[in-house]
Amino acid sequence: TEEQCWGTWGKNIKCVCFYRNALLEADINKLGFSSPAARKTGTTICGVVYKDGVVLGADTRATEGMVVADKNCSKIHYISPNIYCCGAGTAADTEMTTQIISSNLELHSLSTGRLPRVTTANRMLKQMLFRYQGYIGAALVLGGVDCNGPHLYSIYPHGSTDKLPYVTMGSGSLAAMAVFEDRYRPNMEEEEAKRLVRDAIAAGIFNDLGSGSNIDLCVITKGKVDYLRPHDMANKKGVRTGSYRYKHGTTGVLTKAVTPLNLEVVEESVQTMDTS
Amino acid sequence: SLQFGTPRSVFITSLIPVGTSIMAVEFEGGVVIGADSRTTTGAYIANRVTDKLTPIHERIFCCRSGSAADTQAIADAVTYQLGFHSIELDEAPLVQTAASLFREMCYRYREELMAGIIVAGWDPRRGGQVYTVPVGGMMTRQPVSVGGSGSSYIYGYVDSNYRAGMSKEECLKFTAEALTLAMERDGSSGGVVRLAVVSEQGVERQVILGNQLPKFSTV
Repeated sequence: TEEQCWGTWGKNIKCVCFYRNALLEADINKLGFSSPAARKTGTTICGVVYKDGVVLGADTRATEGMVVADKNCSKIHYISPNIYCCGAGTAADTEMTTQIISSNLELHSLSTGRLPRVTTANRMLKQMLFRYQGYIGAALVLGGVDCNGPHLYSIYPHGSTDKLPYVTMGSGSLAAMAVFEDRYRPNMEEEEAKRLVRDAIAAGIFNDLGSGSNIDLCVITKGKVDYLRPHDMANKKGVRTGSYRYKHGTTGVLTKAVTPLNLEVVEESVQTMDTS
Repeated sequence: SLQFGTPRSVFITSLIPVGTSIMAVEFEGGVVIGADSRTTTGAYIANRVTDKLTPIHERIFCCRSGSAADTQAIADAVTYQLGFHSIELDEAPLVQTAASLFREMCYRYREELMAGIIVAGWDPRRGGQVYTVPVGGMMTRQPVSVGGSGSSYIYGYVDSNYRAGMSKEECLKFTAEALTLAMERDGSSGGVVRLAVVSEQGVERQVILGNQLPKFSTV
């Protein structure tokens, strides 16, 4: 109710979102249309802290219900030169949220004159998601290297965060976490960490219907970022071994009638566009 | 859509991280606080090594139970407010002040929040104190307080085993045993036991791993 929505937290978004969405849905149904399904990313995303930095991984399938909407979408988003963020949940929400925080963080970095810290990005993200009370469906894995070393956070849509050495999110997170719990060790070397993340995402891709296609990796160390897209094309489309095309003349022609359509050009005007 | 857990799970099926056992005990010279380390989303353990003992100020802690997002946001807000207040006063803040700030927030937004918090710490004026701020926003001082979904199982143990005037070591043992029993019976609690002693000397933290927990007879 209106009375319940007082104060900064309750007032703005819960009222606006809840009532606006309910009104729109009611109107649309009256006209006979159905509201569009939000494109979710299904997803397996994960991250691991190793000796020199963090490795982030993601699959590349975006689903709209039970149909794959995008076979090669990019789920590892840029936040700042030293911080990247994987996103699961509603695709639009993860895309826009990471872009907003990336923009604000760049302004903040210019103001402080320092390279941004991962904990700053974490705080900005959690405070925004909490303000929207879970209506922004963005589940994120935030990782980066700053002056205090490598850091990895998992951020939930309602605004809670966990700071851990290894995290997984998305519908394939259980499969990926099984791989991590088996093989994670502190202070791994880069190759081992990349192999571990690759295998965790692969577990999600092959055991979860919401995840699929390729494996993207992002290796962040002090002063360097390796954005490996794709790191592993685990689901390359096969080559057809045969062809169903029939040669000309396979079907015999009995009769042939040609009727030309007489079209005359009445008026032709060319307007050039100024594309400078 | 793909969900964690089954819809007819016996646990509190929630896609918001919840679940806990927390406890705080006053002793002469300070407080002992403890918590389990499990955060669940439905039947999946999202974090098995959570730290639910959050510092609010140098010698004031809070034990968080309920929705992880709500309690983290409240704790961050109160940390800021208390830090500001302390700088204005140029003095260490009172535990009662911290508890009041929690109460203000938890009561004002009681409809929107799901947060059960135990505020415990040491200040020069009144020594070790434990204040409980359960869901709804009540605040009361108690010599011993338990909270979270696992607390239901240990009220009897706590009521029968608590004695006034216990020493620091006795309080630590009491807390560890109570939390172990809660973790044993509550599905939403588990992992390791995190303990902290807050006194005039400062804060000492310790972790009791799963295999080191006190053992009770299992029938």
